[in-house]
Amino acid sequence: MNIHFDARLDGELPRRDKAEVLASLQQSVPDLTLLHREEDLHPFECDGLAAYRVLPMLVALPETLDQVVALLKGCRELGVPVVTRGAGTGLSGGALPLEQGVLLVMSRFNRILDVDPDARTARVEPGVRNLAISEAVAPHGLYYAPDPSSQIACSIGGNVAENAGGVHCLKYGLTVHNVMKVEIITIEGERLTLGSEALDAPGFDLLALINGSEGMLGVVTEITVKLLPKPETAKVLMASFDDVGKAGHAVGDIIAAGIIPGGLEMMDNLAIRAAEDFIHAGYPVEAEAILLCELDGVEADVDDDCARVREVLETAGATDIQQAHDEAERALFWAGRKNAFPAVGRMSPDYYCMDGTIPRRELPRVLQGISKLSEQFGLRVANVFHAGDGNMHPLILFDANRPGELEQAEDLGGKILELCVEAGGSITGEHGVGREKINQMCAQFSPEELTTFHAVKAAFDPERLLNPGKNIPTLARCAEFGAMHVHGGELPHPELPRF
Amino acid sequence: MANTTTPTPDRDISEALGERVRKADADGTPLRIVGGDTKGFYGRPVEGEALSTREHRGITSYDPVELIVSVRTGTPLAELEARLAEHGQMLPFEPPHFGDTATVGGMVATGLSGPRRPWAGAVRDFVLGARVITRAGDEQRFGGEVMKNVAGYDLSRLMVGAQGSLGLLTEVTLKVLPRPSASHSLRLEMPLDQARARLAEWGRQPLPLTAAAWQTGALHLRLEGGPGSVAATRERLGGEDLEADFWEALREQRLAFFSREDARPLWRLSLPYDTPALALDGVAEDDLLYDWAGCQRWLRSELPAETLREACASAGGHATCLTPGAAAPFTPLAPVMAKYHRRLKAELDPKGIFNPGRLYAEL
Repeated sequence: MNIHFDARLDGELPRRDKAEVLASLQQSVPDLTLLHREEDLHPFECDGLAAYRVLPMLVALPETLDQVVALLKGCRELGVPVVTRGAGTGLSGGALPLEQGVLLVMSRFNRILDVDPDARTARVEPGVRNLAISEAVAPHGLYYAPDPSSQIACSIGGNVAENAGGVHCLKYGLTVHNVMKVEIITIEGERLTLGSEALDAPGFDLLALINGSEGMLGVVTEITVKLLPKPETAKVLMASFDDVGKAGHAVGDIIAAGIIPGGLEMMDNLAIRAAEDFIHAGYPVEAEAILLCELDGVEADVDDDCARVREVLETAGATDIQQAHDEAERALFWAGRKNAFPAVGRMSPDYYCMDGTIPRRELPRVLQGISKLSEQFGLRVANVFHAGDGNMHPLILFDANRPGELEQAEDLGGKILELCVEAGGSITGEHGVGREKINQMCAQFSPEELTTFHAVKAAFDPERLLNPGKNIPTLARCAEFGAMHVHGGELPHPELPRF
Repeated sequence: MANTTTPTPDRDISEALGERVRKADADGTPLRIVGGDTKGFYGRPVEGEALSTREHRGITSYDPVELIVSVRTGTPLAELEARLAEHGQMLPFEPPHFGDTATVGGMVATGLSGPRRPWAGAVRDFVLGARVITRAGDEQRFGGEVMKNVAGYDLSRLMVGAQGSLGLLTEVTLKVLPRPSASHSLRLEMPLDQARARLAEWGRQPLPLTAAAWQTGALHLRLEGGPGSVAATRERLGGEDLEADFWEALREQRLAFFSREDARPLWRLSLPYDTPALALDGVAEDDLLYDWAGCQRWLRSELPAETLREACASAGGHATCLTPGAAAPFTPLAPVMAKYHRRLKAELDPKGIFNPGRLYAEL
C-alpha cells in the first residue's frame, strides 16, 4: 500500500510551512525540546514496522504535562496533526510520522510514580517500560501480567494505545483488563481521568474506549496498573506433533478438560527450526508443530493439571512430551518462543509479521489456506500462534531488495487477514490497525460501522488532528480498496462526509 | 410485556427492533428500553415509549471448547447460566439477577458484577463483542466472536454500564470459563481492622480466594480452585464452614442487611482496596456491609448524598444510591468529563432517543 498520507483517501489536512510551525511552537512552548533538522528527525522515521518510513515535520520531546498541553493547543491552533509515540516498538505503524505533522514522543515521561503493595497497584508515567513495572514491584511478590514479546523495550503508554497482549492473555487478559485508571490530554488540551483506583467509575466506560484507541482520542499521560501476586509455581510442558492439525485439536482438548493454562503457544516446523537454530532451546526440529503449555498457580493444583494435560496431549497424538525440569529450562523453552520473530529474521533478509485472530476450531483450515497462499505467492511463511486465544502470527519471509517482493509480502499478508475475517475472526488480535491494516478494516467493518467509529472520534477530536490516517479508514478509502462491503460501487449515506 | 409461563422459542426480531428505532429517531420519540425489568431501580427513571427486548432471544452460538458464547440480549440470564452449567462453565463475574426475568441485555447494560469481581473481573472484562442497533435502525457489529480483537474502537465494552443510552444492544459475545473444580466457604470471627490487614496480606499471595465479605464482626471467604489448593488453604485459614449459598444471597441482596423494612436509603460505595473505614457521622458498624474485599461497601444511611460522595471522592472512589427515586443515583461527573460524555451521546444519539436521562439528566 501507499504508506504516505493521501488527502484524497485519508481526508484533507492543512499544509503548513515548517519554519512557521517551528517558530510558532517555539514561541508558545518556549522550554520544549523540538527537533527539526533532518539528521535529528531520522531516528524517528519509523516504529517497529520498519518497512514504513516517513520523516516527520518536527519531533517534540516534552518533559512536563504543561508542555504537552501547550503543544497540543498550539498544534490545534495551527491545524497541525499530532502523532504520539511511546517506545516505537509497535508493529502496525501506529506511530508512523506524518510529513506535515508533529511527532509527540513521550519517552521522557519514564518515572514509576507510586507503588501500593496493599492495593496492588502501580501508578506510572507512559514512557515506563512494560518489564520495568514487574521488576519494580517484584520485591512485593507482585507483577504486571500483560507481557508482549517486546516487553523489555515497549512502553506502558504504547501498551494502552494498542491494548497490547502477550503470551498469557487467555488467563490474565489484555492491557484493558489490567489497567485501572488512565489520565489523558485531549487535542483541546483538556485533562481527563478515565477509570479510577476503585474497581469502577461513574459514567461511560471511557477507560475501555481509550485502550486500543491508537492515539486517536487523546494522549495518555499517566497509567495506574493492576498488579497480581506472582504465582507460587509455573511449569511448562512441550509437546511435539507430526501434524499441525493434531496440535490444533489438542489445544481445544486441554480447554475442554476445564484447564486454563497460563500460556498455550504453538509453533510450526519452520518457526521451530528458526528458533532452535537461534536459541538452542532443545526444540524438536523434526516436529511439524510443538505446543508449549504453561500451568501456573498453587503447587498442588499445578501438579494435578500437569498430569491431566499430559494425558490429554498423549490422547491427542503427541509424539513426545517434555516437562521443563527446572526454572532455567522453563525459561529456555520460553526463550525460543519469545525470540521466534528475530529467529525467523535470521533466516531471511526481511520478514513481515501478521496478527490475525480466528476461532480456534478454524485453525487447521486457516493454516491450510495460509500454506496454499504461501505456495501461490512463492514466499515462505512461518507460523507462531497464541493458540490458547486464537491469535496467529504468520511471519512472511521476503527480501525487500528484490524488486516487488515487499509488495508481494504485503499482498500475501492482506490475503491472510481476509482469510481470518472469513473464518469469523479479526484482522488484528493485539498489534493494532495502525497504518498497516487500514485497508483491511474495510473487510472487517461495514461503512455504517466505520461511520459509528468516526462519530466516536468526532466526540474527542472533531478536527481529526490526532493520528490522522490510522486505525479507522475513511469511507472513500474503503470505496477504493474494500470491495467486500461496498456493493455496486454505491456507498450508503452518500450525504455523509467521507473521512 | 406479560410474563410467559411456557418456554419461549428462540426468535430473532432484530429487524422489527431496528424498525422501531429508525422510526423513533425519525420522530424524535424517546425509547425506554426494557428487558426483564428487574434492574429498573438502578438509575434514573426514563420517560419514553417502552421497547422490549424480551422476544429477541436465544443462544446463537456456543462452543464450550472455544470458551465463547453469543447470545441475544432478550435471553433470560438464568437460561444462559443453565446452558453454561451443562458444560461445566460459568459467567465468571457472577452477575446479580434481582428477579427471575433478568435478561442478558440488562446484565450488560447495567454492568453489575457479583462477589467474584475483584478476582475474576467485571462484566466488561468478559464482553468480547456486541451487536448494537444504532440510531439509523441498522444492526452493527463491534468487537468480535474471538478471544482477542483490537480492530476499531472498543464499542462493545463502551456499551457495558451505559444503560442503553448509546444504542440498543441486540446480541453480545461473552468469554466464559470452566467452573472451579473445588470450592469451600468459611467464616472467621475478626474485627474490621484485622480483616482489612489480613485481606491486604493475602492479596499479595497466590491464594485461591474468589470472594471476601465482612459484616458485623465476621469475615466471610470463598476459596475456589483445584482440590489441592482449596484443601491446603482451608487448613491454613481455619474458621467455621459457611454455606455456599451465602454468596448468592449477598449477590441478590437477600441478606437481612438489604431488608426492605429498613427505610433508610441503600448506598453502594466503590472504593480502592486499601481504603480505611470512612469517617461518617452517625454511621454504625452494622450499617455497613463490606463486599469485594472492601472495594464495594453497602451502606444504609440518611446522610446527604454530598457528604457521602465527598468522603468517597477523597478516598478515590464514588457512591451510588440504589434506593428508587433518588434524584441523582450516580455520582455527578466532573465538568470536563461531563462535556465529553455529552459529546459522545450527541454523536451517537443526537435526538436523545435511547434511554434519555437514565444515567444523568443531560445524557
